[in-house]
Amino acid sequence: MKLIGASVARLEDEPLLRGKGRFIDDLHMPGMLEAAFVRSPYAHAVVGAIRKEAALALRGVHAVLVRDDLLAYLRNEHMVVGLPSKDYKQDLNRPALPSDEVVHVGQPIAMVIADNRYIAEDAAALVEVDWAPLPEVGDCKAALSADAPKAHRHSPHNLVGEFTIGYGDVDAQFAAAKHIFKERYWQHRGGSHSIECRGTVAVHDGNDGRLTVWTSTQMPHAAQRVLCDMLGFDENAVRVVTPDVGGGFGPKLVFYPEDVCVAIGAMIVGRPVKWIEDRLEHFVATTQERDQYWEVEVAVDGDGRLLAIRGEVIHDHGAYTARGLNLPYNSAEQIAVGYELPAYRMKVRVALTNKIAVTPVRGAGHPQGVFVMERLLDRIARELSLDRAEVRRRNLVPAHKMPYQTGVKNRGGMAVVLDSGDYPRCQQDALDRIGWSDFPRRQADARKTGCYLGIGIANFVKGTGRGPFETVTVRIGPSGRILVHTGAAAMGQSTRTMLAQIVAEQLGGDMSNVTVVAGDTGTVATGMGGSNSRQAVLAGTSAHTAAVNVRNKVIKVASHLLEAAEQDLDIEGRSVVVKGVKDMRVDFAKVASAVAGTAGYSLPAGVEPGLEATESVVIDPMTYANGTAAAEVEVDIETGGVRIVKLVFVHDCGRILHPMIVNGQLLGGIAHGIGNALFEWMRYDEHGQPLTGTLADYLLVTATEMPAIELSHHESPTPLNPLGIKGVGECGVIPIAPAVISAVEDALAPFGARIARTPITPGDIVAMVTARAK
Amino acid sequence: MADSRSISLKVNGVAYQKDVEVRVTLADFLRHELRLTGTHIGCEHGVCGACTVLVDGRSMRSCLMLAVQANGHEVTTIEGVAPSPTELHPLQQALRECHGLQCGFCTPGMVTTLMEFLKDCPNPTEEEVRIAICGNLCRCTGYQGIVDAVLAVTGGKRA
Repeated sequence: MKLIGASVARLEDEPLLRGKGRFIDDLHMPGMLEAAFVRSPYAHAVVGAIRKEAALALRGVHAVLVRDDLLAYLRNEHMVVGLPSKDYKQDLNRPALPSDEVVHVGQPIAMVIADNRYIAEDAAALVEVDWAPLPEVGDCKAALSADAPKAHRHSPHNLVGEFTIGYGDVDAQFAAAKHIFKERYWQHRGGSHSIECRGTVAVHDGNDGRLTVWTSTQMPHAAQRVLCDMLGFDENAVRVVTPDVGGGFGPKLVFYPEDVCVAIGAMIVGRPVKWIEDRLEHFVATTQERDQYWEVEVAVDGDGRLLAIRGEVIHDHGAYTARGLNLPYNSAEQIAVGYELPAYRMKVRVALTNKIAVTPVRGAGHPQGVFVMERLLDRIARELSLDRAEVRRRNLVPAHKMPYQTGVKNRGGMAVVLDSGDYPRCQQDALDRIGWSDFPRRQADARKTGCYLGIGIANFVKGTGRGPFETVTVRIGPSGRILVHTGAAAMGQSTRTMLAQIVAEQLGGDMSNVTVVAGDTGTVATGMGGSNSRQAVLAGTSAHTAAVNVRNKVIKVASHLLEAAEQDLDIEGRSVVVKGVKDMRVDFAKVASAVAGTAGYSLPAGVEPGLEATESVVIDPMTYANGTAAAEVEVDIETGGVRIVKLVFVHDCGRILHPMIVNGQLLGGIAHGIGNALFEWMRYDEHGQPLTGTLADYLLVTATEMPAIELSHHESPTPLNPLGIKGVGECGVIPIAPAVISAVEDALAPFGARIARTPITPGDIVAMVTARAK
Repeated sequence: MADSRSISLKVNGVAYQKDVEVRVTLADFLRHELRLTGTHIGCEHGVCGACTVLVDGRSMRSCLMLAVQANGHEVTTIEGVAPSPTELHPLQQALRECHGLQCGFCTPGMVTTLMEFLKDCPNPTEEEVRIAICGNLCRCTGYQGIVDAVLAVTGGKRA
């Protein structure tokens, strides 16, 4: 079989194209009610009395629930979700509903359950709350000043966590360096804005007390764990199921207050309850990425070789810990991954603000680290009058040093070892494709006509496939159909196709005979879910191993049935055949039936019951994908508009399972990266009030902003898993902002432009142009 | 209690007469009353385009239109696009072949928008295709596969 490496048809497409997908809002249960939430209009306030009477009086309203109504159902009122770290200075777990203090706009304070969403929203508007506004923290830098108000009034301070990443004798390197350059950067990333917002449907079975929760999550097993912990249920009593998910991009891996409220609501009213987030709620109640302020210094020798980097970063954590310190950790770790850097020290301070909690969005802090490094390399090139690509070439980890041990550890405490790849070759490929060497001539010609062209380049190396494992069960039942059950979760990245492809490769090559169930805790006991470009690596490896095991079982049983030696058998389609002998075959259904067991009759000698294997292959070390983005832009100095003329993306994600899907993942990531460079900005005023609450204000890239994109694939299979796969889901986004920003700065070189931020707006560009003109 | 009206309309060729509250959007009517859940809701303020349906052949944001406004009109949703349960419309087929969808949430609105566009502009340039779908947001594909699919159907070329 040769399915792996081929762009086989996706299993997901047909129902989605016909409007027959089953997304969370498409679920309907008899007797189902709908919920709406009353949310804080203040970034920080004390909550006084809550009066439900007017809301309850409305026809069609079944319940109005506040914190006190939930307590009888909660063993643990808080969502304990923080990733382990010794660096927390305080616990900031989110409550299901708060008692007497709200800490961000959009925080839910009460839930209304009604016949439908229209009535539920009418009633939510009738819930009367006595608010007493408190001073708020609107900016993470200001949060850490001595006289800042406290984001939580009972907190000792606004510092959530503090840590330093580094190695080597940084100060000695700086003392001996030929050149030292200092920079300050502000970086902002916004929300995920999957086109489908979040949603949850819960059914509580009054007969057996079991709870089933359908939710648009990237991590169903984690959701089950939190629900069990909060409700005091065992794993048998809570089943979490992921329907079709309309895009994840990070924030859907988080468990939310609404999820547990809906579950309890279903228990209280004794009927199914659905809650579907609307877009405004997505802006204020779904986690997002936001601000980082960096102050960094780089030390280099006379040839532009890196000696050391040191500095500090302040990271906006938002009002609660909804995931951990992982995001700023990734940002700081990233600086030391990809280029040879003898010494490094980055102090990270994570600050509380009165805004929705920050958790990873596609890229998870890595784009920010890459931005800082790539901007520093541009600075070095400018100061030393070197070509920007040449400075990078001198510092990239060369292929002959693979595997390359960096000086940093990942957030799990494991050394970051770059496993494979040829980074300089990827860069060279990108330079050739974008026309780097003759660009100065083109640029000079264009400037004569008043046209400002610029070019930029950025490299990235991204840890993918975060372990320890993902669980996959492969089973052939007496129907002859191949069932694949996994803890991996699908959210649009073709997970079902990927697993069916890997399994069918071993079991006959007929993907139409494979059913993949992803993200149902009722089918597999353990699972991690979708994050960190991990599922092809971890679930793919477990699927491969399980499929090989089932294949061996199938062959063994068939050898009894066909009375042929195992080595003479092969699998074709849905049957086992004797090689070279026509008509000597037995189909999967017969093979499976032979080991399904018949009471009183023994199995064939040496054969185990059932055709099934469950694997959770443990792969602790991450595998590192890499690539280079090169962008050519045209900047309109009158309007500040940036047009990306061409974008080249060269990358290496190891062995490519499915070229079409890999391209799709990269293109989507690139679009997101362009948004981060030029468009996406979740704005707040100084009081923590969102100024961006619609998709007319928050600009997602549309088809007309997408440039011509040239992709180029290099394949350095990783030795860390049997298929040689590296992850790809987040790679597209990572180097785009620094490549585009570098190109814009290059275009504006005649105006002495220096860009130390992302995103940049047309207004910023016009300001840079006019500042010079004055 | 909210006011109701009786409306008659055709959806995907089927005639319906229904009592509907005047404040119910066409999107909610299609999804909840007729259970045609292929029409998706992404923003409810007319920007994302996921809820786009055809009303008398013209693309409309069903989140910005009330169900009562569809009285006497013919509505086509994504469920009405494929010619049969075993065949796809050429545009649907091309989207599949060109990887013009990933999560598939924006796809129904993309398809309905493009159905109207291709009727008006059967031989578009790449730029015209991009402009046609610039009112439909997709977070997954970077739009490339969608543009490729349209050009595959019309025999056009990438610029």
